[in-house]
Amino acid sequence: MSLEPETLKSLVKAAAEQVIASAPELTALDQAIGDGDHGSNMKRGFEAVLGKLDTISTQPLDEAFKTIGKTLVMTVGGASGPLYGSFFLAVGDALRSKRLPDDLADVFGSGVGAVSARGRSHAGEKTMLDVLFPVLETLKAQAVRPDLIDRVRATATEAVARTAPMQATKGRASFLGARSVGHIDPGARSSCLLLLAVCNSLEARQ
Amino acid sequence: MNDMVGIVIVSHSKDIAKGTADMVRQMVGSEVKVAFCGGDPDGGLGTNVSLIIDAINNAWSPKGVAILVDLGGAETNSEMAVEMLQPERQNLVVVCNAPIVEGAVMAATEAASGSTLEQVRAVAEELSAG
Repeated sequence: MSLEPETLKSLVKAAAEQVIASAPELTALDQAIGDGDHGSNMKRGFEAVLGKLDTISTQPLDEAFKTIGKTLVMTVGGASGPLYGSFFLAVGDALRSKRLPDDLADVFGSGVGAVSARGRSHAGEKTMLDVLFPVLETLKAQAVRPDLIDRVRATATEAVARTAPMQATKGRASFLGARSVGHIDPGARSSCLLLLAVCNSLEARQ
Repeated sequence: MNDMVGIVIVSHSKDIAKGTADMVRQMVGSEVKVAFCGGDPDGGLGTNVSLIIDAINNAWSPKGVAILVDLGGAETNSEMAVEMLQPERQNLVVVCNAPIVEGAVMAATEAASGSTLEQVRAVAEELSAG
């Protein structure tokens, strides 16, 4: 699981294209319990990332992640901009001293910690963290064992489904109180989509 | 010339942000610097880090800047904007936990009397304490 420029480029491209293609689904989910802008916001942000793909793929890894983070912060527009942006900025910071694949769980954990701090949110509040935390646990438990990609995909997919019965206590969905129950969280879904795209892309390159 | 804390108004709607700034100017006068922004990068409803950074710089005062926000994303984006300022400015900007219209008027009123950033913030946040 090396991350050479070409690999990084294909991962970022796959993730961005997945989010862009899924914008209608994310918007529909957000219309149910949020303000309906998650799809268009994420699409705008990841289109901007695609626009910088050539720069990103020539940068050192830590700088590349910072460029992605900064681009998302500046272009997404909703609360998901700073949340996803903080993830990538913190991953970039972590990569200054840590290495992939050995430190993958540590690096991912830095990103998850930044999202938690930015949103002042924890597990079980029906947010993207309800996907990111379980995936982090899978990464910690599995290190780089051969079936890691399958485990991450399964963890992320199951984790999204588990947000449906949760009652939102953070973000716009919290205004709905008990009425947020029964819908999966749009941010959890977009996190899952990004992770699935990265997993699929990594698998295809193996 | 006494410096006064600057006020930044961040709403999802540019109309609300502008209307709030108009109210502040009418009720408090124009000696306090007030900047506002609203809307996402495509002009729809939302907030936008780069516009918030511009507004902070436009309202800049050596005494600092108090930001008033409406809903969640405005707060998150404002906090992000503060972290992206030059390091020496970051400690001189606060996001107030206060209702946007009343908070902006109260904060500007307090700022106009030459109060510190912490005093301005405290007056705005008293509105949320009840």
